[in-house]
Amino acid sequence: MTSLYSLTLVPPSSITAAITGQFSGQRQQEIITASGSRIQLLRVDASTGKVLVTASEDLFAIVRGIAAIRIAGAAKDCVFVSSDAGRVAVLEYKPEQRQFVRIQLESFGRSGIRRVVAGEYVAADPKGRAVMVAAVEKSKIAYVLGRDASSTVPVTLSSPLEAARPRTLVYALTALDVGYDNPVFAALETEYDDAIEERQTTRTLAYYELDLGLNHVVRAWTAAVEDSAHMLFAVPGGADGPSGVLVCAENVLEYRHSRGRSLRVPIPRRRSPLDDSSRAKIIVCGVMHKMKGAFFFLLQSDDGDLFKVTLEYDRGIVDTLSIAYFDTVPLASSLNILRSGFLFVAAESGPHLLYQFEKLGDDEDDSARFSSGDYAKGNITDYQVARFRPRVLENLALVDILDSLSPLISSQVANLAGEDAPQIYALTGQAERSSLRVIRHGLEVAEIVASELPGEPIAVWTTKLTSQDEFDAFIVLSFSNATLVLSIGETVEEVTDSGILSSSPTLAVQQVGDDALVQVYPKGIRHISSSKEVTEWEAPLHTVIVAAATNSRQVAVALSTTEIVYFELDDESQLSEYQHRQQMGAAVTALALAAVPEGQLRSGFLAVGCEDSTVRVLSLDPENTLESLSVQALTAPPSALQILRMPDSSESDTSSALYLHLGLRNGVYLRAVLDNLTGDLSDTQTQFLGPKPVKLFSVDMLGQPTVLALSTRPWLAYMRDVRFMVTPLVYESLEFGSGFSSEQCAEGVVGIEGGNLRIFTIEKLSDNVKTDSIQLRYTPRRMAQSPYHALYYVAESDNNTLSPSSKQKLLEMATDKARADYEELPDEFGYAKSNGRWASCIEIVDPNALEVVERIELEEEEAAFSIATCSFSEYQKRQREEEDEDEQADGENLDVYVIIGTAKSVGLIPKSYAAGFLRVYKASEDGRALEFIHSTQIDDIPVCMTEYNGRLLVGAGNTLRAFDMGMKQLLRKSEYKHRALNNIVTVEVAHDRIIIGDSQQSVTYLVYRHADNKFLPIVDDFVARHTTCATMLDYSTVVGGDKFGNVWIVRAPEKVSWDADEDNGARLLHARSYLDGAPERLELISHFYVQDIPTSVHKTQLVTGGHEVILYTGIQGTIGILAPFTSRDDLSFFQQLETLMRGEGPSIAGRDHIAYRGSFAPVKSVIDGDLCELYLVLKEEKKRSVAAELERSVREVERKVLGMRTRFAF
Amino acid sequence: MADKLRAQQQLEQLQARYIGVGHADTTKHEWMNNIQRDSLALYVGHPALLQHFSVALNEPQQKVRKMFIDKTIQPCGPPKDKDAEMED
Repeated sequence: MTSLYSLTLVPPSSITAAITGQFSGQRQQEIITASGSRIQLLRVDASTGKVLVTASEDLFAIVRGIAAIRIAGAAKDCVFVSSDAGRVAVLEYKPEQRQFVRIQLESFGRSGIRRVVAGEYVAADPKGRAVMVAAVEKSKIAYVLGRDASSTVPVTLSSPLEAARPRTLVYALTALDVGYDNPVFAALETEYDDAIEERQTTRTLAYYELDLGLNHVVRAWTAAVEDSAHMLFAVPGGADGPSGVLVCAENVLEYRHSRGRSLRVPIPRRRSPLDDSSRAKIIVCGVMHKMKGAFFFLLQSDDGDLFKVTLEYDRGIVDTLSIAYFDTVPLASSLNILRSGFLFVAAESGPHLLYQFEKLGDDEDDSARFSSGDYAKGNITDYQVARFRPRVLENLALVDILDSLSPLISSQVANLAGEDAPQIYALTGQAERSSLRVIRHGLEVAEIVASELPGEPIAVWTTKLTSQDEFDAFIVLSFSNATLVLSIGETVEEVTDSGILSSSPTLAVQQVGDDALVQVYPKGIRHISSSKEVTEWEAPLHTVIVAAATNSRQVAVALSTTEIVYFELDDESQLSEYQHRQQMGAAVTALALAAVPEGQLRSGFLAVGCEDSTVRVLSLDPENTLESLSVQALTAPPSALQILRMPDSSESDTSSALYLHLGLRNGVYLRAVLDNLTGDLSDTQTQFLGPKPVKLFSVDMLGQPTVLALSTRPWLAYMRDVRFMVTPLVYESLEFGSGFSSEQCAEGVVGIEGGNLRIFTIEKLSDNVKTDSIQLRYTPRRMAQSPYHALYYVAESDNNTLSPSSKQKLLEMATDKARADYEELPDEFGYAKSNGRWASCIEIVDPNALEVVERIELEEEEAAFSIATCSFSEYQKRQREEEDEDEQADGENLDVYVIIGTAKSVGLIPKSYAAGFLRVYKASEDGRALEFIHSTQIDDIPVCMTEYNGRLLVGAGNTLRAFDMGMKQLLRKSEYKHRALNNIVTVEVAHDRIIIGDSQQSVTYLVYRHADNKFLPIVDDFVARHTTCATMLDYSTVVGGDKFGNVWIVRAPEKVSWDADEDNGARLLHARSYLDGAPERLELISHFYVQDIPTSVHKTQLVTGGHEVILYTGIQGTIGILAPFTSRDDLSFFQQLETLMRGEGPSIAGRDHIAYRGSFAPVKSVIDGDLCELYLVLKEEKKRSVAAELERSVREVERKVLGMRTRFAF
Repeated sequence: MADKLRAQQQLEQLQARYIGVGHADTTKHEWMNNIQRDSLALYVGHPALLQHFSVALNEPQQKVRKMFIDKTIQPCGPPKDKDAEMED
């Protein structure tokens, strides 16, 4: 039985909700976002305007709502979380540990996301006295928050107070600001009654008052509001304002309160001849901001326009409500204003944005402001439509971007850039924010200097002149027969009086003692004092120095006679040689010395790498100098060694351990713990970097000691939080490197690449995935890779959007005045929308050059849904034979056809369309242009296509058809149709087996019988999975994802699979269908809930020399893998670890882990790696107790957990 | 007879407490309404699923949400079989 290990590589990045508060208990406001199963704490640096993810916590639950609560008198805000756990939790952020801890947990209902189980809406009283959670239907539960002075936990929750109303739907819930009166919650409700024929839509605004004295909830006040109302915002009350709510409905915004008049203003529309008046304007999100003595609302309409809403009031009675255009930002799921003057826009699609307020829109002219006084009487539709003209940002300025892959619509994994590891090409975003992303494992590098050098140096060092220097003074370059010294300063100049020997190559340069320099060259060692006095030690006759290691007080060199010579700085700051030379017995390939620990005279160990594939640790203690302490056998001779003190993950935060880093000639990098006392090596971690000997350099990066490892690519080994990571740099391959520190760049690296000197730095170590983005025009649907070129063909379409030609037509129809008035808006304002219209195009993208090569717009409401390339090889061969009998048709110069599946006038809910089409294009100019051949009408929307046997297989509706190329149109060759099928969304082909995935009927295996030209079903599924994507793992196994967030693997029984191919007679043809399906059923191999909806799934290899894994992408921007276990030992270890970790209560939202991962079906044969990795952040004593249960050491468990990730992915 | 009455009362109690509990005369329409309402609440409740719909329809998530809750009022249209409804 195979088992899989599930890991998340890139966590979901779409934001469900975001709140602001002082969660760390400092003056600075922070933002907490909920995305998928995670909550994240973002901090905005007011001086630089950068937004930083400070903490991220996986709750192992679907986070539905969050609210900030602050108990009266408390110094910080807590987070109130509602999830699918059927429980509510109060979390506190601990800034020291950068973790959230749970302080309260209260169960109220069933787990899961259900109609009548509360959790959808969360509202917290602004004074922190009560919280209400509500479901979409019926139930509302209020909790009274208390403060328990005696306990260390500041918040207490009362028992739940119910306010259920059956047959009542809730659209919105908010907490009214009533000062210190009884807390009041406002809900927007509709009652339904099945017995009544007329569809009732009377919307009610209801106030639920929580009587703190009597401890119960009453429905205190109700009022009928607009029938289309769907959103509420609380207006400040008490001393700050008039209290009440803003009710948002279609086209109108109302102010309502239990006392005083109701006021209303229209939601202004854009002044444009393209405006579709049948589209009601609605508010999609908003935020209220309170300043000293004033407040305002920023509300966003469904076009992305922000409106500033203000109220004028006198003695608690509102006189005027007014609305004015503010600015336009991308459509948001949440808006947050920080007191430091920033607006955080959690975008629905694409990267999240941080804006800074330049002004508050106070100087807006009155023509763009609409006041309730003008809309007092009658029906609001009787008034003239309120219009404004959108303009470029005036009140806001964009300052930072927080990248997001959401929505991730489809992806492919390929190595188009010709690198060591493949890249992930992902279609992300929506409408004007669409892009094709190139995602690769690596750290982003900021290059500072790249300059050409005379000749090709072989090595480079930087050095200070005295031990007090803050920055490096010299760059020393070693050539094959000379050494060049450059000074670092305003300009880089050659230095001739440094005392460094220039007529010979160099092996090492080091600043020693207070103000001296040491140069090691093949024939000896030069000790250069500050007065340029040179003391020289010469290597014995007929020997040369082959390796050297230095630190600020010690020098060790290895001679060609395999002897080690050791020097130490004596009392007169002179290098004195240790009287004994140690014979190593094998040629020495590398040496390493650790830096001298602070306050000590020497570092205690010398590591020696030998040609006989060993590394030895020698003692430098005066008691037993150069005595061998330990020997470790390796798989290849070491090519580089480094001893470095790094933070130790297994101990508390402050401690660190010595690590020996080894680079081997076969391209393997190892890290082993070097025992401080005995010099023993233990807990080795291994990673293959590339097929080239590894060179190691110690560099400081972002305040931590790191190791730069150079193989075919440069890599960096560093600590991220508690994890040790080895990540490639997305940069040129380097031959040599050294740390670099100057005034302009405090922590950088200088490296050699061929004849170039390159200085660069790394700005953040928090992200180990680099993404490049190519802007696309419309929402991408599917992509197809060109078979011969590094190009992608992308089918894109936007619903409810005007295409350029429809826009043109509308403009022509508009009045002259309107046309003269019309200004084309830049794309970031969103495309002009119109109900039922489509805009669609095909783009050819060059992912290496990061550009769109060509775009073909589709006309007349035709929208592209699928794309494929096909050779139609049979057709082409026939054609060529006809054209020229002599010329042999050969496969290499076959033309490539690109087929786009389109449909006209599509309506999605309910499904409707005029007709489907297959548009055939021929790729020309190396695939960089498309030539239209013909279009074939079919009777449904073609959603998936693939090439099969030189024909095109098309899944449209419940039919699978094979087409061949014809002169005027595609020719139908054979088809498979089943009435149980709904909508075929995936089609996979291997040999004569075709696997189709249906949007509601899981997967069906078909076999194609050439003799009969028929597709015959052989096996289908026993559960109706709502397939979104599927791919074949092997000939009889399929991995797929469904609409509810599951990833599953199904397999055809061996006998069935075998028989299907062996069938020469007509057995299959006459096989009896079983229960209206195929004759046989699939077996379920694995099942796992990943929370995000899988949009694509691939079998691929992510690391060089690694195993193949299943990679999936999710719509919220998740990228994850399922990796197979390679040994039974590993499997039982991780099974045990998973069980133990479940016992640690991993979900601070209170969700049961097994239930969460089995939300729709029980977990089968998958171990949750994300859960296992939580071991790394457990408290020390917990770690020890879990390790003891596993009968292993803490380090061993950590190594296994980390090793599992590096073996398969990153 | 008393048993029967008690069973009847218990059933009524269950029906009052839990939405969707059927009875011997549940019509297809009632049953479908219930299923549809459960589904719609699920679409609204799962953030990923709501986003999935929102991307397909190219409309803001709030608008899709509103549309789904509106649909919950009468997911399968007006009641078709009046007689069956009267027995309810």
